[in-house]
Amino acid sequence: MNDLPQQLANGLLLGALYGLIAIGYTMVYGIVQLINFAHGEIFMIGGFGALTMWLWMPNGTSLLVALPLMILMAVICSVLVGVGAERFAYRPLRGAPRLAPLITAIGLSIALQQAIWAWYPEATKSRPFPEFSGPRIDFGAFTIERGELYLLIAAPVCMIALGFFVSKTRTGRAMQATSQDPDTAKLMGINTDRIIVMAFAIGAAFAAIAAIAHGLRYGEVNFKMGFIAGLKAFTAAVLGGIGNIYGAMIGGVVLGLSEAMATAYIADIPGMEQLGGGAWKDVWAFVLLILVLLLRPQGLLGERVADRA
Amino acid sequence: MRHRSLLILTTAVTAGALTLSACGSRDDDSEDGGGGDGTTVVIGLDAPLTGDLSALGIGIQNSAELAVKTANENEEVKGVTFELEPLDDVAQAQQGQQNATKLVGNEDVMGVVGPLNSDVGQSMQKVFADADLAQVSPANTNPALTQGEEWQSGNKTRPFDTYFRVSTTDAIQGPYAAQYLFNEEKLKKVFVIDDKKTYGAGLAGTFADEFEKLGGKVVGTDHVNPDDKDFAAIATKVKNSGADFVYYGGEYPAGAPLAAQVKKAGAKIPTVGGDALFSAEYVALAKENAEGDMASSVGAPLTELDTAKEFIKNYEAAGYEDAFEAYGGYSYDSAWAIIQAVKTVVEDNDGELPGDADEARKAITEAMNDVSFEGVTGSVGFDEFGDTTNKQLSLYQVKDGEHVPLTSGEFEG
Repeated sequence: MNDLPQQLANGLLLGALYGLIAIGYTMVYGIVQLINFAHGEIFMIGGFGALTMWLWMPNGTSLLVALPLMILMAVICSVLVGVGAERFAYRPLRGAPRLAPLITAIGLSIALQQAIWAWYPEATKSRPFPEFSGPRIDFGAFTIERGELYLLIAAPVCMIALGFFVSKTRTGRAMQATSQDPDTAKLMGINTDRIIVMAFAIGAAFAAIAAIAHGLRYGEVNFKMGFIAGLKAFTAAVLGGIGNIYGAMIGGVVLGLSEAMATAYIADIPGMEQLGGGAWKDVWAFVLLILVLLLRPQGLLGERVADRA
Repeated sequence: MRHRSLLILTTAVTAGALTLSACGSRDDDSEDGGGGDGTTVVIGLDAPLTGDLSALGIGIQNSAELAVKTANENEEVKGVTFELEPLDDVAQAQQGQQNATKLVGNEDVMGVVGPLNSDVGQSMQKVFADADLAQVSPANTNPALTQGEEWQSGNKTRPFDTYFRVSTTDAIQGPYAAQYLFNEEKLKKVFVIDDKKTYGAGLAGTFADEFEKLGGKVVGTDHVNPDDKDFAAIATKVKNSGADFVYYGGEYPAGAPLAAQVKKAGAKIPTVGGDALFSAEYVALAKENAEGDMASSVGAPLTELDTAKEFIKNYEAAGYEDAFEAYGGYSYDSAWAIIQAVKTVVEDNDGELPGDADEARKAITEAMNDVSFEGVTGSVGFDEFGDTTNKQLSLYQVKDGEHVPLTSGEFEG
């Protein structure tokens, strides 16, 4: 167990990544009750946006200099796709039965994936992403990579900013109102269409920030990365209570930690040798999800952003 | 309650989408450009032309195409024009099987080069056997494909008469690496990881057996999912296990990030693997963390063989965008073996192929057993199991971002 602090750090970082993506799921669900299955692809496109910006830079540019521009580009790409998806794929179906936009979302997800596959140069295989070089940063009990510092800073900053936005600003309060009761909110003079676009945009921006964290951590982006990441983020959102912003972050961290713990320790339990290790971590993560849904169907923190935030 | 049932539905749909997205296919219609008065013989090709393993697949396609072009230019078989029909298997066994059925359905196809992956090869074998169509794989290394499931217990039987390969098997590739690392590099403790696929698990198994037999110690084992990119937790386990090196049975899309993350976790130890790590893509993905990593591969280094020099020259002259990669030379030899078999049949049959397609296929498959020539990768020929008679193996190490030959020799058990 001497590696417990390190494994906790591994799980926490992975969880923060899941949590950042999960916020997009949760916000959209909290306001329009739509599970935006294309959200994973919005995340993936953010990664390719950042990579494009990096490739435009002259050779030898320091990553530290390039990073703000890469974040900007990633956010622009993701937000454009997210808002575009809302405008052209979901808004026309707003009054339709709930199944219709869900199917559109799955279709859109495949279309976006294939679009990158077909049009981005050499995207048929994994594309290398720039990384910070240099020794790991020592925190005593555990160490982390330089690139992971980005995630360590970005996740809490994003959360605090979002929390402030939702509870303190006019638009944020309008968002809560829309989430609670869209019809009444409209009667109160809130432009609900604008609020919905806003939810898509914020979710997409967070996904873009997460995509850069993914690139810095794994050193690559590829056109398929949104699928698994989206699935995990969706799980995190459900785990924390879908619709609940803080729940998404908590759900992500719980999921990340459980994956790391499952990989590291399950095989050490007598009689469980065959059920541990890296290949089984997803199984344990989903067992956990099922348990939470059985015992506390509303998720760890409960559903719906408006009542709680 | 309504949205809860929606959640369940969504989960079910996701699972469905997972399955569906795995079997998308893209066929390139090959052009019917050949012909003239003579016979046209189509050589089928199956490899992952898109997806994570496409670097290897494209190398296979280009090299086979080069063989076909060369045969046509030299009029290797009088009156016969060769054509290549490449199909993409996306490294999926199911897609490979569909491609096999498609190739069998085309009466002009007289032999097939491919595939890359052992599990894909496994799914294709019976389809070709039922049609008496010869298949030569440039890259399958799982021993069971030629020697049957019980090969390890010594009970070797050839399951399919139509299956041949020009690469050596994991039964000797894993042990070859084990011997070198134990005897020459003096590394005694290993952490063995595999991806649970036919190729990866087989390779890791034969490696570990030999390494322990020599007196080495396996200090830990783990398995990963081939699509995964996050190995931080495993890397921490490796670091704390005190292993001298990692042996990874699997392919570079997961192998490269795994090796990089092990080094990033603070374990300054090399990752060693089989021929599926022997790719420029491996270095591109693991970047500077690939330094010092090793990969075994079948045959001698192409740069050291006289027969390969002309191939490399012609490949460069043909102006292909992508490199021929680990299996290019083997792919060329696979296609050439089919061409040679066609030549034998044509010469024995008064200068033309038997008119009946089934008969022609059967004759070519039989002729394959006796094919023998000096190929790009050394002498090419097949033993009674359809395995190559060439048992040469090599180890490569990444130095300054490139795989350089470390050692080469014949495996002695």
